[in-house]
Amino acid sequence: MSAVQIDGLHKSFGTLEVLKGIDATVESGEVVCVIGPSGSGKSTLLRCVNLLEQPNSGKIVVNGVEITDRDCDIDAARRRVGMVFQQFNLFQHLTVLDNLTIAQRKVLKRDKAEAQRVAIENLEKVGVADKAKSYPAQLSGGQQQRVAIARALSMGPEVMLFDEPTSALDPELVGEVLGVMRRLADEGMTMLVVTHEMQFAREVADKVLFMDGGVVVEQGPPSQVIAAPQQERTKTFLARVLDPISRSE
Amino acid sequence: MSHGQEVGPVTRARLSPRKRQQVSRGVQYAIFAAAVLFIALSADWKAVVENFADLDVAKEAFPELITIALKNTVIYTLSAYVVGFILGLVVALARLSSIAVYRGFALAYIEVFRGLPALVVFLIFGFGLPVAFPGLKFPFDQYGTVAVALGLVASAYMAETFRAGIQAVPRGQMEAARSLGMSHTRAMVSIVIPQALRIVIPPLTNELILLFKDSSLVFVLGVTSLTTELSKFGGDLATEYADSTPLILAGAAYLVITLPLGYVVRRLEAQQQKAR
Repeated sequence: MSAVQIDGLHKSFGTLEVLKGIDATVESGEVVCVIGPSGSGKSTLLRCVNLLEQPNSGKIVVNGVEITDRDCDIDAARRRVGMVFQQFNLFQHLTVLDNLTIAQRKVLKRDKAEAQRVAIENLEKVGVADKAKSYPAQLSGGQQQRVAIARALSMGPEVMLFDEPTSALDPELVGEVLGVMRRLADEGMTMLVVTHEMQFAREVADKVLFMDGGVVVEQGPPSQVIAAPQQERTKTFLARVLDPISRSE
Repeated sequence: MSHGQEVGPVTRARLSPRKRQQVSRGVQYAIFAAAVLFIALSADWKAVVENFADLDVAKEAFPELITIALKNTVIYTLSAYVVGFILGLVVALARLSSIAVYRGFALAYIEVFRGLPALVVFLIFGFGLPVAFPGLKFPFDQYGTVAVALGLVASAYMAETFRAGIQAVPRGQMEAARSLGMSHTRAMVSIVIPQALRIVIPPLTNELILLFKDSSLVFVLGVTSLTTELSKFGGDLATEYADSTPLILAGAAYLVITLPLGYVVRRLEAQQQKAR
């Protein structure tokens, strides 16, 4: 059984059709990277998997539960899917520790001691346990994003979604976040990652999806999609991304 | 701009911009000094002192000015503030509700109570409602009536402030909370509203200052010597002694409360500016 199965997914904003029938699967323990030009619908696809956007039609099944079913409990579905945002979205009024414990306590009803134990464990995993008492505004972008990853992990998700997790970071802070993600992948976490980091996609992804204009143009292992693309659109995009100077018009 | 031609050797040099500014400033100082001098010389200082700072009359005002009038003003204001705060938050949430009926009701509520003068609301509560509903009784008598009437007026403004505060919390905060499995209500209570409250503390403190002043309208309900408040107390005493000193004292009592509050607002605003 696939961890995430997406069938014929359509999503429009007003008259603008952003997703024009997406079919994709993420197997359990797999890392799937979604690449493509901006406006291609990558982020919308990811947000649909978490129902932050309601699809217009199509089916999304997460570990056997159809979350697009009208009778599905959205809150319960989201609990099983962790999400990491481009802008971190840490709760600004709470300490790092409380950022990690609040949902555990209010949603999973864990007691305080248990929630804190899980929180510290995950903070150690991403290497920011020493910042537990700090507020998000006191941290660097890289630290904030690592806390955000730890926050999602604290809910014990079956799948982790990453929406351009390094796009808002200063270049020298990208490495620490990608490092955490790589370790997570090595531990066998199922991950769906929207990214512009081709190096990461090439080295960590089991499968790469290239999207353009609301459809999946090409998919397969990175050795195929990134190293030897078949489609013209994929070739053009990769040429621009991998060698931006010589190919700029 | 007369750049470059100002240092012509033949035409007499016009004043440089800096010099012109100096002259302009000097004139402004002179006008101010003249006005002060005129007032100081033309006033009948003996009459002024007698009418505004008569120590004998001032003595009569104490201790009731503090123990009754100021105390009641504070009670009226704070109780109305609590009512306004709770109602305002509820109305703000209704205003942002996904249910159209709630939104419409909240909008109408805000527009009506923001548009009505506080005096009219007081008159309705003092004379309209008792006639329309003879059995109607507010708890704590006068205090209850004031808390509700003044609270309604305040709640309309506070609702708009809360709404602005809630909308100022970035959307990502709600999305992150929802992505962790929180319900909309839980995310509002635990994540969005606490942050919104921080944002609206300065405007809400301003509202408290406004309420202090509006509490003077209580007089239209008819107050006794025990339920009187600062303005009415000062006014009554001024009439009794045909002297304005009690009004000055009452005014000073308002300022004792409102000036520190104003200072707090400025400090909080400066702090938020820095935190940005």
